[in-house]
Amino acid sequence: MKINWKTTLRYGLIGGVSALYFSMIGMVELFAGRNLIGTTVNMGHLLLYGGMLAAGLLAARAHHQGKLAQHAVIGLVAGLSAAIPTALLVILHEFIPMQDVFVSVNNALIRFLTFERGLPGLLQFFLASGLLGLLGGLFDGIPTDYRRAVGTGLAGVAIVAVFSDLVTQVLTNLFGRASVNIFFVSKALKPVIALVLLLAIAAFVFMRDRRKANAPAAVAAAPLDKRAALRKQVILFVIIGALLAIAPWILGSFLSQVLFEVGRFVLLGLGLNIVVGYAGLLDLGYVAFFAFGAYTMGLLTTTTNLNLGGGVFNFWLALPIAVLVSVLFGVLLGFPVLSLRGDYLAIVTLGFGEIIRILALSDWLKPIMGGAQGVLFIPTPEIFGIVFDSPESMYYLVLAAALVAAFVSIRLRDSRLGRQWMAMREDEDVAEAMGINTVQTKLLAFAIGAGFSGLGGAIFAARLGNIFPHSFNLLISINALSLIIVGGLGSIPGVIVGAIALVGLPELLREFQEYRLLIYGILLIVMMLNRPEGFLPAEVFKRELHAGEITEPAEVE
Amino acid sequence: MANILTARNVTKTFGGLVAVNDFTLDIAENSISSVIGPNGAGKTTFFNCVTGFYKVDEGEIIFNSEQIQNRRTDVVTRKGISRTYQNIRLFSNMSAIENILVGQHPRLKTFWAEAVWKSKRFRNEELTALEEARRLLRFVGLQGMGDTLARNLPYGAQRRLEIARALASLPKLLLLDEPTAGMNPNETGEMTRFIQHLRDELGITILLIEHDMRVVMGISEQVTVLDYGSKIAEGSPKEIQSNPRVIEAYLGRGAASGLKAGKR
Repeated sequence: MKINWKTTLRYGLIGGVSALYFSMIGMVELFAGRNLIGTTVNMGHLLLYGGMLAAGLLAARAHHQGKLAQHAVIGLVAGLSAAIPTALLVILHEFIPMQDVFVSVNNALIRFLTFERGLPGLLQFFLASGLLGLLGGLFDGIPTDYRRAVGTGLAGVAIVAVFSDLVTQVLTNLFGRASVNIFFVSKALKPVIALVLLLAIAAFVFMRDRRKANAPAAVAAAPLDKRAALRKQVILFVIIGALLAIAPWILGSFLSQVLFEVGRFVLLGLGLNIVVGYAGLLDLGYVAFFAFGAYTMGLLTTTTNLNLGGGVFNFWLALPIAVLVSVLFGVLLGFPVLSLRGDYLAIVTLGFGEIIRILALSDWLKPIMGGAQGVLFIPTPEIFGIVFDSPESMYYLVLAAALVAAFVSIRLRDSRLGRQWMAMREDEDVAEAMGINTVQTKLLAFAIGAGFSGLGGAIFAARLGNIFPHSFNLLISINALSLIIVGGLGSIPGVIVGAIALVGLPELLREFQEYRLLIYGILLIVMMLNRPEGFLPAEVFKRELHAGEITEPAEVE
Repeated sequence: MANILTARNVTKTFGGLVAVNDFTLDIAENSISSVIGPNGAGKTTFFNCVTGFYKVDEGEIIFNSEQIQNRRTDVVTRKGISRTYQNIRLFSNMSAIENILVGQHPRLKTFWAEAVWKSKRFRNEELTALEEARRLLRFVGLQGMGDTLARNLPYGAQRRLEIARALASLPKLLLLDEPTAGMNPNETGEMTRFIQHLRDELGITILLIEHDMRVVMGISEQVTVLDYGSKIAEGSPKEIQSNPRVIEAYLGRGAASGLKAGKR
């Protein structure tokens, strides 16, 4: 096979420009401050040299096949060329200080890039880049089963190291503080542990794949195993249930708070999933219903003089009313947009969302809604002497709400109403020609979606104790929309995965919050290019044939 | 035999363009009739007027001795008219059987929220609907393809699925818009027999728009010819074939004397 140098260089330079960009915006330097494995590997390395590895890998992959040596050469060249832009930056910095314009191009960055050796250190930089590129190229060339094993192992180590906060927290809660010190040095994995982890994961994956490959008989026996499959499902269910139930004990207060946030967005996502995922109505003002729920809860239960409930309402009485108010506004705001489709609907709902926020902020409604000062002193829920005042207890509340919402979602999805929504999403005119009353169907989608959102808002208000108009900005709508797109439109497991990925993980990486939106954006672009249908796309249910039924071929007339 | 559908002096204009002009049509119950005419003659516009997708400007449409012009599409469908489309319009990201289930919508009666607690009524209705959908799949010869996404079905199967979906609402009148468009002669023959079978077996009245003259002349009992929105001829296939105005509309002035109709 001939090596295509142009392609190789292109991938190298794409990697190089990315590395340059990440360096110049200060991401590399900030990441370098966080050790991953001992003091030798930090997150800066992961970002910078991970890019070189990817460049080598993608360049080699673009060549489809070839000898292992060729893979190595391609990877090496890609890696070396990926180092060029950043190297030029280092050299340029030597002669022209750029810090006045590019704040992040400073000595700390240069020291990191040159391994603290000044210009001669560039040689080492090239060496490292070339080596990583070469490894990337080789990685593409090795047989699939080895590649899977090594890849999973590396990814596993990287995840444990990057999210060490989570891991150390769990270890502390389960086995005490001392156990953490066996595996971690401050926040970084000990090198030996990292190596053991890598080998363990790789070996596990390798063995599992081997066993699967050697057991083709299992496939043929599948129909017989229906009960076994069911049992497996039940066991999985019980395990997940148990994990969800004990999560706060394992995770502790801070992570329970993160889980609460995830749960809140799962609720929002489930509601929006009905509106956008099932019914195909692109709603960008979804946060409005969240605000209705929160404000209803706030105004009915607050102990300040804004209270509208006359003191009779506690959390549990106000909760259904908050949901009801949201549903009502869902229908009310649904009416004017009934005849709008696609982009037009998106723009109008966007406007609605903003109007609600601005009304809450306005002086005009200040006597009722509190204006910019918001609604303060919203009491925490209490039942049978149990006070929901901690993140752990609120987690259970939001978990229960999310479970209810998921249950209702699933049941409706599999019913006539679910089919009505999907038919409307696919083709509104034809849906109407099938006898579907699209007005009613649309309003139901808006109403139920708004109800879930209002439920989330009410719990949110009780958790925080104070609500302010700026908590209900456009970003919440965008977040909810992004998470259902990332997870997979119309997919309920997708909503959960999306919420964990876009709400949970950023909370765990608070140190790097400045770059949160950048990473978010990159993630979305990569996602849309590679998996436009989302992480866990909605599955097609087998309806015609029951499992195990034999398919007779269609008769040809 | 009674007329199941009567259109009286129907006129539909788009701005200055008169798409359907003072059109009158009677469809006898349990018949197969065709509307033909050159491209842009207003055939599909007429279908859209019947199903309520377009509001008519003048005239009335009577179905089963009930005025249905300018009613909402879903209301018209529930009264017993269903249709297929010239360019197949299935719910492409839903499976074949789900498409048919959607088609059954007008027949399902349970309250939507019953699905949440799965009331007995809901479960029974869903089971019956599923059974009926399977039956319809078999009826159009698509058994085994029910769980395939509609967009992944082969062309001919999509056409038949669209008909199955239209049949699912138990219509009394079925409007078929070019059911054999894009089919080879073999498939066309199959479809023709299938349409006849529909009428004979299920007793459904069929009105079709068709360009393939072999289909039109082969199965229609009545043919109506539209040109520039106006009816220019009506009668049995034989009468239409020898009508000079029809030949003129299709082939232009002067051709009428030289060529025989029936060849495209």
